[in-house]
Amino acid sequence: MLSFNQDCWFVRKVVRWRALASIAWSVLLLPATTTLFVFLVRFSLFHPVEWISECFGLLMAASTIFSLILLCGVVLVIGFFNLEGYTVVPSIPCSRVALLAKVLHPRQCVHSLVHCTVGMMVMWCASVMAGGRYQALGSPCTRGESADAPEVCLNEYHVFLLLAGAFIGYSHSFLGVVQNMNYVSFQIIQQYKYLRCKGSLPWVLKCSAVQSLYAVRNYVALYFFFGHIPRAWISNSLNLPIDSSLHSLDSLTGLLDFSLLYHLWISGAFLLLTWYITVLLFRIYVTEAHRFPVQSTFAEDAEQCLPKVLSEKRTPIMKFLALQDLALLSQHSPPRRQEVFSLSQPGGHPHNWNAISKECLALLSDLTQRLVAHHDAVASNGRARPPSATSDTRTTSNSSVSSAVVSGTEDLPQTPRPSVLLKTPGSVFLKSSGRGISSPLTAPFTPDLDSPFSTPSLRHLAAQQVPQQGQWLGSVQSPHIIRRGPKLWSTSTDSQANGSALASPVPTPSSPPPEQKSSFMAQWLQNRKEQVKGFMAKRVLVVYLFNKLPEASSQALFADSQAHIWALEGLSHLVAASFSEDKYGVVQTTLPSILGCMLSLQEAVDRHFKLPHASSKPVKTSCSMGDSTYKTLRFALRAALKTSIYRITSTFGEHLNAVCISAEHQKRLQQFMEYRE
Amino acid sequence: MCSLALFPPPLSGGQITLYEANNELVAGSSPDCYEKQHWDPPSLNFPRETLKPHSRPESSSKAAFLDHKDTLWMRSAGAWRDAGLSGLLDEITNSAEEVPKWLAVSSGCVLALIRWMSSFHGSLFPHLTLSGEEMTAEFSQVLDWSDSAIRSFAWHPHTDKFAVALLDDSIKIYNSRSATAPTLKHRLQRNVSAMQWKPLCASALAVACHTCLLVWHVDPSSLSTRPSSGCAQVLSHPGHSPVTSVAWSPSGSLLVSASPVDTAMMVWDVAAENCVPLQRVGGGGVTNVSWSPDGSRLLAATPSALFRVWETRMWTCERWPCLKGRCQSACWSPDGSRLLFSVQGEMVIYALTFSDMTGGPKSAAVVADLSETTFSGIDDIIVGGEVQSLAWDPTGERLAVLLKGNAGSSSHPAIIAVFKTRSSPVFELLPCGFVSGEIGAEPRLIQFHPHFQHGALLTVCWSNGRISHVPFYFVSVGRPHTGGSPPLPHITSKIEDYSTTHTLYTEQIS
Repeated sequence: MLSFNQDCWFVRKVVRWRALASIAWSVLLLPATTTLFVFLVRFSLFHPVEWISECFGLLMAASTIFSLILLCGVVLVIGFFNLEGYTVVPSIPCSRVALLAKVLHPRQCVHSLVHCTVGMMVMWCASVMAGGRYQALGSPCTRGESADAPEVCLNEYHVFLLLAGAFIGYSHSFLGVVQNMNYVSFQIIQQYKYLRCKGSLPWVLKCSAVQSLYAVRNYVALYFFFGHIPRAWISNSLNLPIDSSLHSLDSLTGLLDFSLLYHLWISGAFLLLTWYITVLLFRIYVTEAHRFPVQSTFAEDAEQCLPKVLSEKRTPIMKFLALQDLALLSQHSPPRRQEVFSLSQPGGHPHNWNAISKECLALLSDLTQRLVAHHDAVASNGRARPPSATSDTRTTSNSSVSSAVVSGTEDLPQTPRPSVLLKTPGSVFLKSSGRGISSPLTAPFTPDLDSPFSTPSLRHLAAQQVPQQGQWLGSVQSPHIIRRGPKLWSTSTDSQANGSALASPVPTPSSPPPEQKSSFMAQWLQNRKEQVKGFMAKRVLVVYLFNKLPEASSQALFADSQAHIWALEGLSHLVAASFSEDKYGVVQTTLPSILGCMLSLQEAVDRHFKLPHASSKPVKTSCSMGDSTYKTLRFALRAALKTSIYRITSTFGEHLNAVCISAEHQKRLQQFMEYRE
Repeated sequence: MCSLALFPPPLSGGQITLYEANNELVAGSSPDCYEKQHWDPPSLNFPRETLKPHSRPESSSKAAFLDHKDTLWMRSAGAWRDAGLSGLLDEITNSAEEVPKWLAVSSGCVLALIRWMSSFHGSLFPHLTLSGEEMTAEFSQVLDWSDSAIRSFAWHPHTDKFAVALLDDSIKIYNSRSATAPTLKHRLQRNVSAMQWKPLCASALAVACHTCLLVWHVDPSSLSTRPSSGCAQVLSHPGHSPVTSVAWSPSGSLLVSASPVDTAMMVWDVAAENCVPLQRVGGGGVTNVSWSPDGSRLLAATPSALFRVWETRMWTCERWPCLKGRCQSACWSPDGSRLLFSVQGEMVIYALTFSDMTGGPKSAAVVADLSETTFSGIDDIIVGGEVQSLAWDPTGERLAVLLKGNAGSSSHPAIIAVFKTRSSPVFELLPCGFVSGEIGAEPRLIQFHPHFQHGALLTVCWSNGRISHVPFYFVSVGRPHTGGSPPLPHITSKIEDYSTTHTLYTEQIS
């Protein structure tokens, strides 16, 4: 996640100011939402005049002003969390246990805790503004007869609302993880901020109302069963007795109070609305297109120019905005295109074009490598594997793939990392048997070749271990492997890469190991394995948790594909424009590599979409703030890729026959030129 | 300003316009009586009698079959599903003896309120009172859409391939390179009102249907004659039906769809299936969208006397209120700098010139007068009237205008008038001639071939179900590059001659 400790000029000069502006606007919008809330929560059908005058009176009251100040603080906190937590590359958990790990992550716990507290604060403000029976924590007791009755009793309605605030705050934080609410997606068209905000406001209103309805349903059910626990606790700790003459709220008669539910729903919607508006404004501000200069006359501004910014790896938001700017300039502004095609003044080198095209091509070939690696990992898993186990091929492929791991994904959530299995089978087995499989984390990593719940890469890895035991068992484990061992959860994207790296040497699991030095040990391990397998397959919960979510791996592979889409659009538009605008022919020198790169990516994408689950469409999510754009990025990438190749072929036409590319690519290009793809 | 009186008289006595050569239209007695010079697209015939329209009226005949012994609960659920809130209220009000009295009375009151509101809304925007099918017929570019055997026609922008939507809700695709003609059918493909092929793509075809938008992916190398409905993407948005117009951006990345009942026009990212609604309240809906060939502007016509021109970079729009009626049809010049349009109720063609330098035009100029003109020959023929649709060929040299005529009288038929267009030194239209078909056949739909090598090729769909192609052979002055890529935006700094214009329009930037 981006944080303030990153000393990037872009974060300092642009992102922070954008975040500040968005927070300022959300604070400015607070009085409007508060007014709306007051009018709705005090609504009375039969006394309209009284209602309106009372609301206006309330809006001027000191308590409301104080609530507003408190709400401003809340918005500041929420805005701060938005800025701290946003990401342009979503993290996609590949199994349920990874999701669980994400939810239980310490940072997420802090996030939830703060949201609970803040939610309670908002609800306190809401209850003060709602007035009436919700006003205060203590209320005068109604028991008149007995003389020893205490003066003040616990007001359960107030407690009910406060707890609802905590619940909605937690569920907001929880759903934020599940639905990737911190993911910021870029719109397909450019719009002015005001118009975009105006266009999205009705949707946000609807969203908060609907989500509040769901939250109320869940909260009421929860309170019905467990409401007495917090009530008793608060009553004890504050020494406020519970008024026994009133219906307690965790009963059917107490909860089936229409006005209570209405107030709860409206207050919940108000809470979510203020937060959602903050999120919405933050998204709108941070994704606004930023114009980077293509070249600068001053040397000190060089790091802010497009070619330099594109190659930046540490700040994903800057890279994304730079690529967006590239895509926009290549489509819309001829003078800036001229700058890209221009030659450097002394020397006459096309530095701008070289830097830009190099960076885009690196991005694309990176994706190609990732796809090929993933495909190899998955494809070799399903078929019969040729019995060849050489560890040196593994290391070479490992090193080549490790470069493919994109920057910016290090902070992705943690999923089971297959590399943990590089430990000797013995150690895994000993651990699992020694602990009696008490820990659910180690157990599923045992090789379990035929069970339905092992992931493809896991299954495959397990296959690898058997022949390796000879060379691994007696030897001292290398520190490299040991260091990797405890890291049980790895990023989603590089889990693919690692899995594939391990994929190349694939012996059949039943084939006997080449050197059977310790056949007794092998036999014992085999038995253990069978036992563990049988034991695990019976545990439904484990199956549920560790089952790989369908299409999650596909989504994870294409998680940052918005960058690739822009790179494709930018490159293809620039190349197409160069047909008439490039005076010095700087683009022609790179045309073969651009075509080759796009065609091999096309091939890799085509192969990827032949995998199961890759071409299945995700279910449409209903009204929620979570952005699910990342789920369909792979389809968008496939379409953008084809369009880009067609753009080049249709512009250059027959001239492309003169470009030197490999015969295979030539054949493929011919298909495109005849419009047969 | 050009008028129909300058035209050569229309053909009579069963003569058919065959082609244009040496600046004049050549006629013959049958479509096959001349030497075919180049590849000729197939002339197809879809007799009206062989096509059976779907007999599924909107107020379905379900009631006749439904067992009315259903419980109230079941019927209410069905009504809610079929007709929404008003259906539910209607059902409750009608079964007054089964429900408590207060419920029946209150639902009756709410229903009356809703009806009153919607009638008020309908009086503001009269088109909302039409049924879906009538609305499609009203706003379609096809003359007499509901009776036409051919509902829509679309040339592929890059190859010799076209799609034809027929009365029976099927779409046929003809390709010059393969003998198979795939037929596309889908459960949701009803009342096709418009189609367009995706630019820079071989296979994607967007179809505007009654309830949704379908995007077919027809693999050009596939030999299948009936692609499964799995090849179609269904794009729908609540409140966005019937869809009457679709337009792909020339760069192939975005698709815009419009519906007369929805004030928002949808910008789709088709592959990702998400959309951005662009809402502007005035006008009461969007009937027709058309993207300029350079991709920089988009025309959106509304059912009221108003149309908008969007610029597609930041998606802001200019409002163009008309005086008489709604914008019926419009077409862009190949460089995207000029828009020709016609207004319902007026017999003229207007031109708007956009240039990047001055910010935009202030008024539209009348460039052609299409008022009724009588040509006396063996029997008098009246020509002229309102415009049904306009088509401009991709080289920008021929403009075809489909005139409505008077359906009642045989002496005032619908006819296609073709103009020559010249853009320098001043923009003007010159008469070329009338295109006539077989006796008794009425032109319904016109479209130009997007990349005809030897001039322009006009495809006409006739009321008898025939599709014919009329080539116009000429040497184009500024022929764009043959590859057919979207041309890059030009900067036109030409100063228009406004001496003959009369100001009709004011511009308001919204």
